[in-house]
Amino acid sequence: MSTSSSTHPAPPAAAAPAEAGVNYGLVFGILAVLVLLVAPFGVYPVFLMKVMCFALFACAFNLLLGYTGLLSFGHAMFFGGSAYVCAHTVKVLGFSPELGLAAGVLFSVVLGFLAGLLSIRRQGIYFAMVTLALAQMFFFFCLQAKFTGGEDGLQAVPRRALFGIIDISKDINLYYLVLAIFVFGFLVIYRAIHSPFGQVLKAIRENEPRAISLGYRVNQYKLLAFVLSAALAGLAGSTKVLVFQLASLTDVAWQMSGEVVLMTLVGGMGTILGPVVGAAVIVTMQNYLAGLGEWVLVIQGVIFVLAVSLFRRGFVGEIIAIAQQMKARKSQG
Amino acid sequence: MFELLGIPPQALFGQLLLGLINGAFYAMLSLGLAVIFGLLNVINFTHGAQYMMGAFGAWMLLNYLGIPFWGALVLSPIIVAIIGMAIERTLLKRLYHLDHLYGLLLTFGLGLIIEGLFRRQYGSSGLPYNNPLPGGTNLGFMFLPNYRAFVVVASLVVCIATWYVIERTKLGSYLRAATERPDLVQAFGIDVPRMITLTYGFGVGLAALAGVLAAPAYQVSPTMGSNLIIVVFAVVVIGGMGSIMGAIITGFGLGVIEGLTKVFYPEASSTVIFVIMALVLMVKPAGLFGTAK
Repeated sequence: MSTSSSTHPAPPAAAAPAEAGVNYGLVFGILAVLVLLVAPFGVYPVFLMKVMCFALFACAFNLLLGYTGLLSFGHAMFFGGSAYVCAHTVKVLGFSPELGLAAGVLFSVVLGFLAGLLSIRRQGIYFAMVTLALAQMFFFFCLQAKFTGGEDGLQAVPRRALFGIIDISKDINLYYLVLAIFVFGFLVIYRAIHSPFGQVLKAIRENEPRAISLGYRVNQYKLLAFVLSAALAGLAGSTKVLVFQLASLTDVAWQMSGEVVLMTLVGGMGTILGPVVGAAVIVTMQNYLAGLGEWVLVIQGVIFVLAVSLFRRGFVGEIIAIAQQMKARKSQG
Repeated sequence: MFELLGIPPQALFGQLLLGLINGAFYAMLSLGLAVIFGLLNVINFTHGAQYMMGAFGAWMLLNYLGIPFWGALVLSPIIVAIIGMAIERTLLKRLYHLDHLYGLLLTFGLGLIIEGLFRRQYGSSGLPYNNPLPGGTNLGFMFLPNYRAFVVVASLVVCIATWYVIERTKLGSYLRAATERPDLVQAFGIDVPRMITLTYGFGVGLAALAGVLAAPAYQVSPTMGSNLIIVVFAVVVIGGMGSIMGAIITGFGLGVIEGLTKVFYPEASSTVIFVIMALVLMVKPAGLFGTAK
């Protein structure tokens, strides 16, 4: 990613006047949360929860790809690894849901630190291959380890009361927990991107040698971004366990890593809302096409090819680009 | 009969031979990846699917047209290479001016399409392909199946021929020059875009050839490529893509190490290459034969 900056759409917040941008963003954010608060009365809540889990996963992934310029092809190891830990601690060790989530995230942080230390030693294409290989190693570990349940996975993970009082065995109650987690994760990412830390990440994405020459310890920033991304991907994976009561090999397989890349690409990498839109599009598509079996793989591949060939900025990226064009035209005439 | 660390020699040498065969596939695939990456700056994620297409090509040629293995050994790689060149002309070509990652994503998508179509048509389980060289030789310490010996020798010959062409011939010198400075080579009147297409075709053909060789040794299955390509990526990270000979040595070497692990500590046999990759990254991040870029 460091080679050419022209391929990246300009981050929206930087282009718009700061004050107006914040206000619009705030209004939009409040509206979006209000819609999500009433949404389960109109739409099947489990579907919405699935979208939010994958949206958080994709946002976490986008922090690395869109804002730091690192394409990880192994994010399934954090999503699925955390899911296994959460499922195991809740089902076998009898943890409460909040402790299970914490255990899952903690595991992702540790795994993210180790994988990050190794993979940031290479850049670009090699970074993608290293993360893919590390994730595959983790996949084989999960395949052979006893506690993961092998091919069956960990099924029927109980939904105990949250903090001992809130009954999340009802889908509607669980929905609000998942919504809270999603909003929390989203705000963490939003905050990180709009902080001085986020600016350094963007500098690394645009021109790594220059960031180094300006005195930034680039590797520490990359590692921190990697760990943060892994932690939030883990939060998404653990939350998914509470929703589906299941952790399986699907969550750690390379196809899952590919799926999150696809979601981010379709929605628009390097945009704050892109991954959310992308996750919604892909999950909806999977739901509708579930009966088609192997065609899902083909269709996902076709979307990849189309997205890379025709709309590299993704849905949200293209909308931002059109809006900016119109604004530029208005200021001219 | 002697024994080595409590392992009967038949098992040891048998696994060693299997390791060499796997190593031959690693070498041929990483060689193709390196040649393609050198000129196109694209990591060909479709490589695994093209290896699988090579194997299926052999299977289809036999079952639909009655063309035996030896015909397929030549025909199938050519057909797959032509399909590959068509992909390069229509899709990949448009991405060269962009970041390398887009090439990776495009070829990943293509790999999904190909694998999905084959799974749709032939299911996920494997199809048998008859051994064209049945029988074998008893070497005293082990039984050497003819076909396995053929695979190792054939792939060694192909790898060394590739090395010779690239490092020792005029054509290879054009290729190496175009890898360094395509604009200058173009200025000297050499058709670089055509060279890029042919190089991609060659790399893809190499993958398909490995696939044809793999068809009788393993089963022909739509998922055979995606499982292999991830290991090959690790091989590429270990060896670095800077050197042709490096890719060959790393490929065979890692195959042998994997085979030995199967004998002495089978639980780790599927992960040993990834562990080696992690170790190499800690000690020499650029790869054993790579140069820091």
